[in-house]
Amino acid sequence: MFHYYLKLAFKSYKRNPILTGLMVAAIALGIGASMTTITVNYLMSADPIPTKSGQLFYVQVDSWDPNRGFNDEPNTPPNQLTWTEATNLMSANKAYRQSAMAKSGAIIEPSNGDISPFEASIRLAFKDFFPMFNVPFKYGNAWDQKADDDRQMVVVLSKDINDKVFAGQNSVGKSIIIDGKSFRVIGVLASWQPLPKFYDVNNGAFDEPEALFMPFYLKQELELPNWGNTNCWKTPDGEGFSAFLQSECINFQMWVELPTLQDKRAYMAFLNNYVNDQKELGRFPRPLNNQLLNVMQWMDDQKVVADDAQIMMWLSFMFLLVCLLNTIGLQMAKFSAKSAEIGLRRAVGATKGDLFFQYTIETAAVGIAGGILGLGLAFLGLVGIRQLYGDVMNDLASLDTTMITLALLLSLLASVCAGLYPTWRACNIAPASQLKSQ
Amino acid sequence: MTHSSTPSFFAENWEIGPIFRTLLRNKVGAMLIALQIAFTMTIVVNAIYIIVQRSEKMQRPSGIDEANSFFISSVGFSHDFNGLVSTQQDLNLIRSLNGVVDAIQINAVPLSGSGWSMGLQTEPGAEFDGTGTAVYMVDEHALNALDVALVAGENFSPTDIQVRTSSQTHWPDKTIITLAMANRLFPNDGLAAVGKTVYINDIEPMIITGIIDKLQAPWVGWDNVENVMLTPEIRDAKSSRYFIRTEPGERDRIMTQVESVLAKSNPGRIVKDLRSIDETRLRAYRDNSAMIRILITVMVILIIVTGLGIVGLVSFSVNQRKKQIGTRRALGASQHAIVRYFMLENLLISTAGVLLGALLTVGLNIVLVDAFSLTPIAWYYIPLGMLALWLVGQVAVYGPAKKAANIPPALATRSA
Repeated sequence: MFHYYLKLAFKSYKRNPILTGLMVAAIALGIGASMTTITVNYLMSADPIPTKSGQLFYVQVDSWDPNRGFNDEPNTPPNQLTWTEATNLMSANKAYRQSAMAKSGAIIEPSNGDISPFEASIRLAFKDFFPMFNVPFKYGNAWDQKADDDRQMVVVLSKDINDKVFAGQNSVGKSIIIDGKSFRVIGVLASWQPLPKFYDVNNGAFDEPEALFMPFYLKQELELPNWGNTNCWKTPDGEGFSAFLQSECINFQMWVELPTLQDKRAYMAFLNNYVNDQKELGRFPRPLNNQLLNVMQWMDDQKVVADDAQIMMWLSFMFLLVCLLNTIGLQMAKFSAKSAEIGLRRAVGATKGDLFFQYTIETAAVGIAGGILGLGLAFLGLVGIRQLYGDVMNDLASLDTTMITLALLLSLLASVCAGLYPTWRACNIAPASQLKSQ
Repeated sequence: MTHSSTPSFFAENWEIGPIFRTLLRNKVGAMLIALQIAFTMTIVVNAIYIIVQRSEKMQRPSGIDEANSFFISSVGFSHDFNGLVSTQQDLNLIRSLNGVVDAIQINAVPLSGSGWSMGLQTEPGAEFDGTGTAVYMVDEHALNALDVALVAGENFSPTDIQVRTSSQTHWPDKTIITLAMANRLFPNDGLAAVGKTVYINDIEPMIITGIIDKLQAPWVGWDNVENVMLTPEIRDAKSSRYFIRTEPGERDRIMTQVESVLAKSNPGRIVKDLRSIDETRLRAYRDNSAMIRILITVMVILIIVTGLGIVGLVSFSVNQRKKQIGTRRALGASQHAIVRYFMLENLLISTAGVLLGALLTVGLNIVLVDAFSLTPIAWYYIPLGMLALWLVGQVAVYGPAKKAANIPPALATRSA
């Protein structure tokens, strides 16, 4: 029966090629536009570390200005930490895993004379950074506690830097000149590109991870510069690097891994105690306002998904709606021409159910055709988005199987929904009324 | 059906009654078109509004000679690298090149997206709020290099320029600010700000020695993008950024030249980030121009879809009504009357559509304002949008209506 109905459907398309074409085109355009924008939003709001995004928390304490809050919203603690907090909270060592961190940069001087010196970004972090964020290694390992404590000049290279400086060879144990000092390579990462780059969204939420990773305290030891956002509400007491480091200026991030709710409560209590202790010392002039947000909450708080992407998505849903209204109208027109045929079929014994099934197949086939064409259009749309937005969008504008399945389901659903009312109306035609007029 | 020999606008019977009664017989079909028109209008009007706002934003001048300027950075790494000496040598070298108008060391560049901001206040004390401003640390060549004009006061003199070390917290005692900043600090008369004292870091006094016409902060999305202060400083640091203005037409040649002479002049440093201001502007507004292009594409496609939908439905209904049309023609209706019938029918449907569309447009705008802090739509967009959608409907219906008018009266006599 299914095959027969499919054959009937194709006959019907042939009789009305323009109407059918319009319907397919309308669904294709609606699906194409929606899928393009859904894909961008889906990738922007993706969970970058699904296995433990609920257990990783971004640490915020309100160390800001007594006269005004960190931003216009009244209860938002600052989005970064001071050096003092970063180091104190690390020393307290109260979480299962923890890493304060900062972004910096320096010049690399490759020993191979063919490669000229170049500037590279640095992520200063603690040893837990790697296991906490499931960072994959190609060669070697992360550094250990001793390296953190002793401020050892060890470095983990990103895959790109290892490819560039050591031609992709296992460089563990070799030395590399960074910022004029000799560092020992202790590990090389495999490809790693969390999207969004959740651990530091202040400096480009979709940027690539840094080129080099090294122990946090080298910031102080080598007087490495602040890269990324630095905010101050109070002038540092004194001049020079060290005074600036000890100031109330914020340039540091910190993540903790807290496997259970109980751990989180305990850590929050610890933070509150810590801030109250600091208040005794005359710091933290604002009311107690500490915050522990998990990965997805933090992404949401930092508005990682661009407003424009969301606006476009909602507009494209309305666009799809217009296309569906269009399809319903065309479908009804088509079916209304068939009322005589339907009346005849009913009169010779076809049940409403039979007819309903037949016409649903007819509309669904249009939907699938529209969906496949729509996928093609979405693919073109994403190519267009990559071209318009440049590098940032390279990883954010590509279709994966989830999206392709979604596109086909959406178009099938949309076209069946769009076909439902016209089909139902067509099936309700009283047989007698149509036979009479013939 | 009456026909006067000289059809005038009011004299003729426009058959509104019959059209309306016919529409009522196919309520759903008419409603679908009306809804389509309503949603199309909602999207199109809101999209146009966003496009207009974005392009206005993109049209704001930065104040500098964009077509003939570029910047480049130098980062020293050798042990004996002396930032201050290197900067002086570089500037002398660049300024001596043929075709260079002027060059400065600067800590940040307009449109580039990264920079330094401070607050200035007219009363000393932490309890007073400051006005946010971008800071450009420059020497006395800045006005010429940046192509900005003094509207009051005077330029820095070479003796004003102080050396700034990294992590330095104190500021020079002189500053030049933009007129926009002066008007923010002294709302009654910005130009009279020359000679006045303002406070930086809550309590440190600075005297405003000059006011320039216009210069933008590095962040184009910042509300206070016109607030800028210049401070007379040269930075003693390993990394140094140079802003260079060239004679018209010489920029590209000089860019290549500067890059190679700087790279050659000192092996203990690298040069990087060579970029023209034109390119910087493109990058700064890339999101906006992308959004504009996407919205235009969506709008055009949407109007085509809606238009073709109307064409399809009307063609269909013409086919369905062939016999009736033939009968009307046989009974004396002119071709003109047939065309008019379909045009009026569409006008009635469109009217319902655009009225609903007006409501939806405002509704969507309220949502957008609420969720994405856009500004509310200007009222005149609504009637313009209604007019546009009416027009789309009329254009779409004209072709099929014309076809209908060509149906021969003889058709009425044939059986279907």
